[in-house]
Amino acid sequence: MSNALPPDLIRLVVSLAVVVGFAFANAAVLVLVERKVCGHIQRRPGPFEVGPHGLLQTAIDGLKLMGKQILVPDNADTKLFRLAPILSFVPPIAALIVVPFAKVLQVRDLDIGVLFILSLAAVNVLAILVAGWSSANKYSLFGAIRAVAQNVAYEIPLLLSLLVVVMWVGSFRMSDIVAAQDGFWFVFTPMGFVAFLIYFVTGLAETNRAPFDLPEAESELTAGFHTEYAGMGFGLFFLGEYTNMLLMAAIATTCFLGGWNGPWFLAVSGTGVVATLIQLCWFLVKVYGIILVMVWIRWTFPRVRFDQLLNFCWKVLIPISMANLVATAVVAKLVPLG
Amino acid sequence: MIPRPDPSQETLVLNMGPQHPSTHGVLRVVLRLDGEYVLEAHPVIGYGHRMHELMGEVRTSSGFYANVGRMDYGGALSFGHGHVLAVEKLAGIEVPPRAEYIRVITTEMNRIASHLLWFGAFLLDLGAFTPILYSFDDREFILDLLEHVTGARLTFSYHRIGGVARDLDDKFIEGTRVFLRRMRERLDVYDKLVTGNVIFRKRAEGVGVIDKDTVLKYGATGPVARGSGLAYDIRRVEPYSVYPDLEFEIPTATEGDSFARYRVRLAEIEQCLRIVEQALDRLPDGPVQAKVPKKVKLGPGDAYQAVEAARGELDYYLVGDGSDVPYRMKIRPPSFSNLSLLGEVCQGVLLSDLVTIMGSLDLVIPEIDR
Repeated sequence: MSNALPPDLIRLVVSLAVVVGFAFANAAVLVLVERKVCGHIQRRPGPFEVGPHGLLQTAIDGLKLMGKQILVPDNADTKLFRLAPILSFVPPIAALIVVPFAKVLQVRDLDIGVLFILSLAAVNVLAILVAGWSSANKYSLFGAIRAVAQNVAYEIPLLLSLLVVVMWVGSFRMSDIVAAQDGFWFVFTPMGFVAFLIYFVTGLAETNRAPFDLPEAESELTAGFHTEYAGMGFGLFFLGEYTNMLLMAAIATTCFLGGWNGPWFLAVSGTGVVATLIQLCWFLVKVYGIILVMVWIRWTFPRVRFDQLLNFCWKVLIPISMANLVATAVVAKLVPLG
Repeated sequence: MIPRPDPSQETLVLNMGPQHPSTHGVLRVVLRLDGEYVLEAHPVIGYGHRMHELMGEVRTSSGFYANVGRMDYGGALSFGHGHVLAVEKLAGIEVPPRAEYIRVITTEMNRIASHLLWFGAFLLDLGAFTPILYSFDDREFILDLLEHVTGARLTFSYHRIGGVARDLDDKFIEGTRVFLRRMRERLDVYDKLVTGNVIFRKRAEGVGVIDKDTVLKYGATGPVARGSGLAYDIRRVEPYSVYPDLEFEIPTATEGDSFARYRVRLAEIEQCLRIVEQALDRLPDGPVQAKVPKKVKLGPGDAYQAVEAARGELDYYLVGDGSDVPYRMKIRPPSFSNLSLLGEVCQGVLLSDLVTIMGSLDLVIPEIDR
């Protein structure tokens, strides 16, 4: 058939739909998980009224958000105010296309995969800045200022900890990184372990999760940068936050926890349907394991103070990750991988 | 002076409150900020002014009594206790010992509930969401007990002039003994969950240091004064009720920072448990209500009664002219003086520290506004 659509285009559209659908489903599940886990940590059942065990609560909340009027404050910069939620939501979804969910489940295997994700993740801070600035609210502005200082500082150790892996593998390509960890996950090496810890801490800060949720510190800044957002404007920030969490956990899984590889005795490396499903399961188990730890931390710890946050980054995390990187360089030179 | 925007300076005036998550009610604090640093903090009060003192001058004492619990919703029984003691002093009424013991037991239970409320709210201010549900779990236990004996959970209105409304029954006494055992274990849980947490320590230690002179200058009392090394507790310095018969210590700390006030309050919960335990053991038999004339004639003369409320020294001053309505009523609530030092202590701190300091003062706004 000569008038058939090019297969590449079909593949692109289908994968885009799947990725967006996955991002929405992920947010819906995570909101519920967060509420339920938080409830059980706080010795209460969590949402219980809508649907069996409150399973439909998130769906109803989504409907409620969509039904609300999107108000723009009088003094706000209307265009920027409306642009910010989209700016916060789109980049993490776009970044999902290089994440290898299984050996064949990857939309595009870019040769600069890690860089691609990091550069898209960096757009998030722009969204927060735009939101805080355009709201014409002092609390929002404070939230935005905090977010910029925090994200710019924490991107450095984040990058340095991922460079450890890149240096080891010698490639930015996500599939190469996973392939290099066949039966030998980087988290089980001393340098990999340190890099993983640093990555996890900075990831919490990058996604603005407690104890680093300063841009939206409720007790200080009411709701921080999204104080003025109502309805789906707020909803998109929320979706963006949860997609960012997913992305952060997915990178951690890919770079440190062996990606879709199972433990050595359960490893399945084929490309068939069953093998792909098993690999997908392993990937999701690891991703949501990391996310659960993030939720657990959020509901346990108080919030750090702004100067402490930056001091911790510049005086502790960056020197350690630098040293870790140098150590990795030396070891990688002496002991070639494989 | 309330800070106003000043174009000649590169500062920002931020109006924090009266609707703000960490001003606990309707306190408004106007801040002048340089970046995140607080240059000036000016509390503005009066949003919840309800003319309680004036109402006290147009109503009979028993008619006014229901108001006092509305002033401090956290520790309503302390406010009630002070009021009935002042009225009884002026009217010359003897209270049966059993009633006085019951008043002490319920007041101390209420003090624990108040400190638990503060514990949760303070940590909420620091961004820890979970501790409040732990402390409310225990507070619920107390409120259930108090509801059983007083019939209410927040504004108890349990005292009567010359006694209390209802006698304690076995269910309350047994329940309280269970609570005493349970609360001691729970305090260990609080210690493990919060006191040792490194983020909490970094946020609270050395933040909002109030020295002894500042405390004396502003007349701060209660845990705020005791956290700065002043062992000032009305139950010991101006003994009233049956407190002289009971053994308890006055916990103090010398650092004067937010963490010191935190430690003092947790230690006070322990002392409250001791007081309740002893009072239950010594609870005498007898009536819980003295014979009181239908019209409680006040004076002529005046009466002054100080009690230790959960937040500090609470004074009632009554002037009677021989009728059953006081000629003058003055209430000195603890939070007013405790709040007044905020402006001085908050100079040059970070915005987050201001929230910590305000939380550590344990302010109840209706009691300031009256």
